[in-house]
Order: sequence, then C-alpha cells, then structure tokens
Amino acid sequence: MKPPPFAYHAPTTLAEALDALADVGTDGKVLAGGQSLIPLLNMRLAAPGHLVDVNGVAGLDHVSVDASGVRVGALARHADVEADDDAAAAVPLLRQGLRLVAHPVIRNRGTTVGSLAHADPSAEMTAALALLGGSVTAASTAGRRTISAADFFVGPLESSLRTGELLVDAHFPRPPAGSGTAFTELARRHGDYAMCGVAALVTLDDDLRVTAARAAYLSVAPVPLVLDLTEAVAGRTPDTADFDAAGRLVRGRLDPEGDIHATAEYRAHLAEVLTARALREAAGNAVRR
Amino acid sequence: MATRMFGMPVQRTEDERLITGKGGYLDDLGAGAYAAAFVRSPHAHARVRDIDVTGALDVEGLVAVYTHEDLSGPMAEPLPLLIPHPAILDGRTPYALAKEYVHYVGEPVVMVVARDRYVAEDAVGRIAVDYETLDPVVGIEAAARAERVVHAGMSDNVAAHLVQEVGDARAAIAAAPNRIELDLDIERSACTPMEGRGVYARWDGRDAMLRLYSSTQTASGVRAAVAAKLGLQLGQVEVVVPDVGGGFGVKIVHPWPEELMVPWAARALGHEVKWAEDRREHFTAAAHERAQRQHVTVGFDDEGRLLGLDVDILHDNGAYLPYGIIVPIVTSTQLLGPYKPGAYRVEFRSLYTTTAIVTPYRGAGRPQGVFAMERTMDAIAAHLGMDRADVRAANFIQPEEMPYDQGLLFQDGRPLIYDSGDYPASLEKIKKLVGWDDFTAYRDAARAEGRKVGIGLACYVEGTGPGPYEGGHVQVETSGKVRVATGLTTQGQGHQTALAQIVADELGVPMSDISVTTGDTRRMPYSVGTFASRGAVMSGSAVALAARRLKEKALRIAADALEADAEDLEIVDGRVQVRGTPSAGIELGTVAVLSNPLRYAFDEASKAATQFTGAADYTRPPVAADDEPGLEGTDFYSPLRSTFASGMHAVVVETDPETAEIRILRYCVVHDCGKLVNPLIVEGQVHGGVAQGVAGALYERMEYDSGGQLLNASFMDFLMPYASEVPKVEIDHLETPSPLNPLGIKGAGEAGVIPGAAVIAAAVEDAEGFAITRMPVSPSELFHLRRRFDKGGIAPLPGAYSRTGEANA
Repeated sequence: MKPPPFAYHAPTTLAEALDALADVGTDGKVLAGGQSLIPLLNMRLAAPGHLVDVNGVAGLDHVSVDASGVRVGALARHADVEADDDAAAAVPLLRQGLRLVAHPVIRNRGTTVGSLAHADPSAEMTAALALLGGSVTAASTAGRRTISAADFFVGPLESSLRTGELLVDAHFPRPPAGSGTAFTELARRHGDYAMCGVAALVTLDDDLRVTAARAAYLSVAPVPLVLDLTEAVAGRTPDTADFDAAGRLVRGRLDPEGDIHATAEYRAHLAEVLTARALREAAGNAVRR
Repeated sequence: MATRMFGMPVQRTEDERLITGKGGYLDDLGAGAYAAAFVRSPHAHARVRDIDVTGALDVEGLVAVYTHEDLSGPMAEPLPLLIPHPAILDGRTPYALAKEYVHYVGEPVVMVVARDRYVAEDAVGRIAVDYETLDPVVGIEAAARAERVVHAGMSDNVAAHLVQEVGDARAAIAAAPNRIELDLDIERSACTPMEGRGVYARWDGRDAMLRLYSSTQTASGVRAAVAAKLGLQLGQVEVVVPDVGGGFGVKIVHPWPEELMVPWAARALGHEVKWAEDRREHFTAAAHERAQRQHVTVGFDDEGRLLGLDVDILHDNGAYLPYGIIVPIVTSTQLLGPYKPGAYRVEFRSLYTTTAIVTPYRGAGRPQGVFAMERTMDAIAAHLGMDRADVRAANFIQPEEMPYDQGLLFQDGRPLIYDSGDYPASLEKIKKLVGWDDFTAYRDAARAEGRKVGIGLACYVEGTGPGPYEGGHVQVETSGKVRVATGLTTQGQGHQTALAQIVADELGVPMSDISVTTGDTRRMPYSVGTFASRGAVMSGSAVALAARRLKEKALRIAADALEADAEDLEIVDGRVQVRGTPSAGIELGTVAVLSNPLRYAFDEASKAATQFTGAADYTRPPVAADDEPGLEGTDFYSPLRSTFASGMHAVVVETDPETAEIRILRYCVVHDCGKLVNPLIVEGQVHGGVAQGVAGALYERMEYDSGGQLLNASFMDFLMPYASEVPKVEIDHLETPSPLNPLGIKGAGEAGVIPGAAVIAAAVEDAEGFAITRMPVSPSELFHLRRRFDKGGIAPLPGAYSRTGEANA
C-alpha cells in the first residue's frame, strides 16, 4: 500500500496551478485534501504520472457569504465550512450535512470542493449542492466557466470537469424565503458512507402551508438525485402534512444497487422512511425560521 | 508491611510510554534494512504455470527476487503443522512461497527485496505470474458438498473429524419428553490488530548468529521454527519481540511464510531485511476465525433440564491447517458452559476452503460454542414458556460439585475438569445488575409507545491458563533494582504492570524499582507464548515462584550478614530487616553484592563482597556446593490442567421499527476470573472484549464472493466498530479463586468477547419475537427477516425452534 511513482508539482499561484494542469493533461491529478485520492494511490487503484498539489495556492480557502448564498473556495476544509456561523445561518443545510461527513479528523483535511470534484454519489455535499440548485466554477488556462449541479454530476465518480480544469469554488444558494432544510442518513457506523441519505427542503408560504418539498438522495442513485415531492404535501401545514405519503411517492422513482452492507430493497425502503423523516424535520425547521 | 499491590487498581506503568508515541514497534526498527514485498495470488485456487520476473529487473533499487525454486532443504518443504492431533485426517500446510498451487487470494508466490517498500511494490507490479485457474471452494456448504476439492490428492475437503461423547446422548434425547433442533450459523471475522504482522532480521555472518525481531505472540516458538527451517542451532537464533500493537490470536501462528523468508533472505543477502505487513495483506493473507454451522438436537425435561445434547459442527478452517484443530476442539468442549448437559455427543468436521486460514481469534471457538448452547437455552425456555434465566439456573453445576469433570478432553490434551466457580451467585448478580425481573414491565411500556426493546442473557465458562509451562526469572541488581523476565510476549495487556505488582508483593520492593521484560529469548529462552488467556496465570505464577526462591536466598544471605535467624527477617520497601526491630537491616542491593563473592572490587559497594572484608567462614567454600552466585531466582510454573473462569452478560437492545437499526441500550457483565491481580486491567480487558463481541454480533464479517475474492479487505468495508458503536459496559465481579495456582488467579483476556453473539442474538430475538439463528445480524438482514416473518416465512416465538429446525436458517 505505497503509491506508484509520480511527479509532484507544488504551485503557489492559481496561474501556476492551471499551467501545470495544462501541461500534464490527462496524466495529472489535483491534490487538495487528499482524503479520497491518497487511498486510491496507496491501493494502486490510480496511478497518475503527476500530482498537482494546490494546497500552497493562495486565495482559495475562503468561505464567503452574501445575499445569494455561500461561496466556498477550493481549499476551504469541511471543518472550516462547518464552523462558519454565517454560512450556517445563510444555508443551514451545509452544517446539517457536514456533521455527517466522515469524522472530524477527515473533515479537518478534506475539502468541500474536493468532495464535489470527486462526484461521489454517496457524499453529502454533492447532494446538498444538487438539492439547492447550486453551481461550481471551473478554471483552466482557457478561462472560467460556471457549471450547474445538474450538469456537473454525470455518473458515479464522474463529473463534467474537463482535463486541465481546476474547480476553484462552489456556490450554495440560499434557500427561498420560508424554507427549512434537514439532512438525515443511515450509516452502518457513525461517519461511514450512508446506506441511504436524504437532504430535504420544504418551503412554506406565509400561512405556513407547504408550497414546495424536494429531496436529494445519496447512495441510492448514480448521481445525487433530486425528487420533487410537493404533490404529496402541497397546501398542508407541517403538522397536517402526510410526510409518509411523500415517502411513498419515492417508490419506483429510485433504483438503488445492493452491496455488502445493504440490499437494494433495503435501501429503497430506507429512502421512503428517511424521506418522511427528513421532510418532517425540514418542515419543522421552516416553521422556526 | 508495605501496601499490598496484588488486587490494587494500579495505573498501567506502560501506558505513558505507549500513548505518548514512545512505543517501539516492529516498523520503528531497522531503518537501514532492505524492504520486502510479496507477489500474492490474485486467485482463490490456481496452478502456477510460469513466473516471469524480467519486467521487474530494471526497477532501480531492486535487490533480489525469490520464488520457490530458489529454496532448498527444509525451506522448500511445507511449513510445520504446529499442533498435530490424531483426528486430523489430512493436514495440509503452505509452503514459504507457493510451489505449484495457490489455495487462497493473498497467498505469497514471489518475494521481492528492494531498497525500500515503494520500490519493492513497483517491482511486484511488474512480475507476471501465469496462472491456470481452478475451481474455488468458498463457504461451508460448498466445502461439505465436496463437488470441488481444495487440495489435490484429497477426495473431499475434510481436514479433520472428531467425535467426543459422554453417555448415550442420542438415546437420552429419544427418551426425553421434549426435543428441539436448531440450525445455527456464525460468520467469519478476524483479529485485525492495529499493527499487522512484521519481521526484521539481522544476520551476523562473522558470529553466525541471527537476530530476529517479530511482531509475534511467541518468541520461543518463532525461534524454534526459524532455526529448524534455516538449519541453525537454537543457540544461533535470538528472537526479540518489540512493542506489539495488538495480537488477539493471529500472531500466535508461526512461522508465517514471511517470518521464514525474511531471515532466510537476510542471510542470503548478508544484509538486514524487513517486512511490515500492510492492511490489505493483513485482511487477505493473515488469518480469520469464527465461521461455523451447527446443528443442535436437545432433549430436556419439563423443568428445562438437559437430558441429552447432540451437536454437529461444520467448521471452516480455510486453505491450510497450520494451527491444527484447536478452534473446533475449543468450540466442542467449551460449548458446555456452566451446565450439566446430561448425555453429550459432539461431532465436528473441519473443512478446507479456498480462503484465508482460520486460527484462534480472541475467544478461539468459544463464541461459537456459547452461541450454540445459549441459543439452545433460549429455545428451551421459549418451548416451555419458562423464564430464560430459570432454565439456565436449572442446569447449572453447583459450587459444591466442584471440581466438576465434564468427561471430555480439552484443548490442552488434558481432562475438562472445572476447578472452581459459583454460577448461581453470578446469575443473581447479573439479574440484579441489569434489572432482569423488572424488564417485562419496561418492555411492555415500550411496546405501548411503538418501541421494540429486548433483553438477552448469556453465560460462559472459559478454560484459561493452559500449560505446558512458563518461566520466571527475577534478579536483584546491586543497585537494588529488580529485573524480571518471562518468556511470553505482551501485546498491550499490561503485563509489565501486573507482573511487577506480583513481584512487588512477593519480594517487598516498590513497583518503581521493578522492570519487566517479556518475549526476549536472550532473557528467558524457555517459554510457550501468549494465548488462551494464559499470561497472568502462567507467567504471573512463574514470576511469583521465582521471586519466592529469590526471597529465600536473600533472607539467608541477610541472616548471615545480620547475624540473625532468617525466620525473623522480612523485606520492607527493598530492605531486609529484623521483624520488630527495623533499625537492624540491610538493603536488598547490598544483599545482592554479598550474594556474589568477589576477588576484585569495582566500586565502593562491591568492596563488601571481596575476600579480605567481613567475617569469612573457613569451613565453607565462598559459594556452597548447592548454591550459585548472584541474587536471582528462576522457576517455572506448569499447571496440572487449565483453570476455568466464567461470566454472564446481559444486554438490552432497541430495534427501530422502521429502519431495523439495532441499538444497544445497556451492556452488563458479571465476570469471575478468580483473584484479580489488577481490577483496572481486568476491566480494560473486559471492555476490549465486549467491543469485539459487539463487533462480531452486529458489524464484522469477511465478505468472500463465490470466486473467493475478499470484497471488504479494508477498514472502510470491514466494519470494525468505532468507539461510537461500542456501548458503555457495566461490570460486576465475583472472585472464586482457582485452587490450581499459587495466586488463585484465572485468565481474563478473552472473556469479554465470548458471549457477545449469543447475548445480542437473544436480545434482538426478544425485541422482534422471532428466532435469530445467524450472526452477525445487520439492519439490512433484520429488515429482510422481518419481511419473511410478516409473510409467515418464520415462525413466531415460542415454537420457532421446531423439530425440523427451520427457523431462519
């Protein structure tokens, strides 16, 4: 479990980093938090010829909050985002999800944007970005482009990021006024990848009646799937809405795969149960906001 | 008299060093050594057609590549079968490097030696082995069916077959008023110590001496095995065991292929070589345990008393049998627990499969045996509508029946005779601790709220401290410092502390003056090893006996010096003094000086031992004919047979009605390991054991696919529980001394793990209302069991355990 040989690049500016990535092309990988890449290297499941370590690049570790939402820089660690009270106030789903990301030591090193770039459909932040309709910014020597979450996640561990591109930040928009969110998941052990996880967003009108209910799913689809479940609970108040019915709406709309930890049938069952739980909690949070 | 240390909750003296990163483990040694890595079989079963190493030869930093063809003499022969037993029908062991066939994924085929491990792994990746794949045999069912065989030359996969019987069990069952059958199933798990295996060898060509460091549970065993394989005299091999980051059984296996190849290569190359196992190697190429299928037939009377018990066990021993059949022997004997089984018949078949070998893992077959017996007790209770604790009580061996002969042969080849124990008292304690009698009300109240809670109880008896022997050596330096050595090794159990407590009391010296060395053949060449909860019993007794010898000598010498009667002397705080007249005394260090008559003084203190000082007795030689110089004592403890610890666990679980998550609400333990040397250490052992018991009940399994690939060979997918999954453990102790050893102690190392699967299965069963017969059980599996139960595919309790034994098998 030692990595194969690779050339190591340690740029200190974004321009240097993008030049390095352009030079190495498909034979290069970006190293940020390394929480997924380093194990892949040690297991020799990946053998890039070049690692471009962006940890020394200045100006990428920001967590900034404005009227539109929270912008997270490429080097902001999960722990930085989780601890940011302004970010949690603007987009509560961030802290709600981040506390479920592995363990504190992993969150201390792992980056939120790196997790998005890894495009793991069992990751919390991919689901959060998808649920909120957020976007990422990719930079290369050719320039910058903004990619919506819907267009970014293509398949398991597969994104629309192009060779030579570096994800420089991600934007998590504020949920609409009157909204509440919640994040719930079930893992075999505390901090493990979830067997199923649900991020939910419920929006209420001024009479506290549901106008929108959406949920994003992890570990049950190849990409962070978002389902609109408004029809099951529209017009109801949080205490009269039938969230279990919303859970049943999920049935047939997910086609999870089984693995050694959970069968496909069990995951589908969890998706129903957790949908109801997450929506109920999100609706409760919407009332309190 | 100073404070007695034995029995005190003394803080572990080794901990400050170990938890502040100052431990010295195998991979901390040998910075200048070459690194070894191995090409391992990617197939579960294959014939090696060709090995092409040319691709690796231009890797910069490569030192050597070895295959079986490079080996000769004993090294080219199969590894030893460590524990031969007449029931072994065909005992296969591996070669140091695969000769023609490979029988599990991970089996070493080629050894690479290089400048460092990185380079070695680069070279490994470039070696091409051409395999002809053969049919894998995975799982007990496939092994028993024997449509495919693991080993060429065998007609089936049965490595060993053993029947033990006391009375006529089948006749007793046939005549019993009640009869139940159960089919039970336990999955594989593994020790998974924090530190994997590791070996570091230094060959000194000038002295023709081998120094071998190994992360092992037996220094003396490795020494003998390596000497035999390398054609060396025992005196040419020194084995030193550095700090070891956990063993739990896997490191008692020896010699590992790597443990032979590393010193062999060091000698061949004239250069230090080291191999430190990585985690993936440990998962696939070390050892596993637990997997068994059991069929139980039991006959009992209307009070729940056993009349006859017939158990048929299929045991998966993996690809080879280097450690013999200790695990199924332990299962089949320790299954009896604290009970009188009536007539008992047990039969096991130990089966080859094309998977990693199966050797003892903490508990060593007992968790499976306890699972069989305790599931049977619960089934009897369900059948008769009796309280589960009452059924157990009806079958207990009573204290006045001790010593109790179960009529079988135990794993040490000696009679299974329980030396002492008080099972009714333990039951009372555990019922009180967990609130057994109040639970029904709690469960009913919880059910009314839509919650599912259940309680379980499981009892066990653990044979600990088997022989043949261990030794102790205690020496007082002229400084007054005391050096203690014992041959068995330590893996974090706190032996330095516990053994020092024992010696402190025996000698009357402060613990701070005592240092303890374990697992170093230079200090104590005669030894067996650390396994079967024997460290404290064996080495504790041995160092106590050695210290007593030393004390006798010290008092004799001091009596001469003080012109007193040895009978009137005592040792207090490292000073020998006249009882009642403490001013008349002599430091133990001075006694050490006097114990060694000198010609030459090398410092101020040693002058006292030279020939022209003090009063000489011209009628005696300076060293008497039956004496020897130095203030030392050596002795060995060899028990008549094992001593039997016992205990009972009770657990309360809650299962989520929707998600089928299983949460442990309370975990209670009553534990009797005889006299406690150090309650803090014993409780730590229980905590760790319970963690591994919970692991085996709810989390861990080895997930082999049908092709023999291990799908979860990492800590990401092998679910060793985190601290967040391990419950708080509530402990109560009972102390029933053992009459077999000088300290009255019994082993404590494995106890915590033993009833884990049984007690948690019982509690989940109680919460759910249907039988749990397979462990571990995951939320996903519980979800499917519920589905089957709802559709009528599983019978409700009582009645779930039927004559046809369907249950949820």
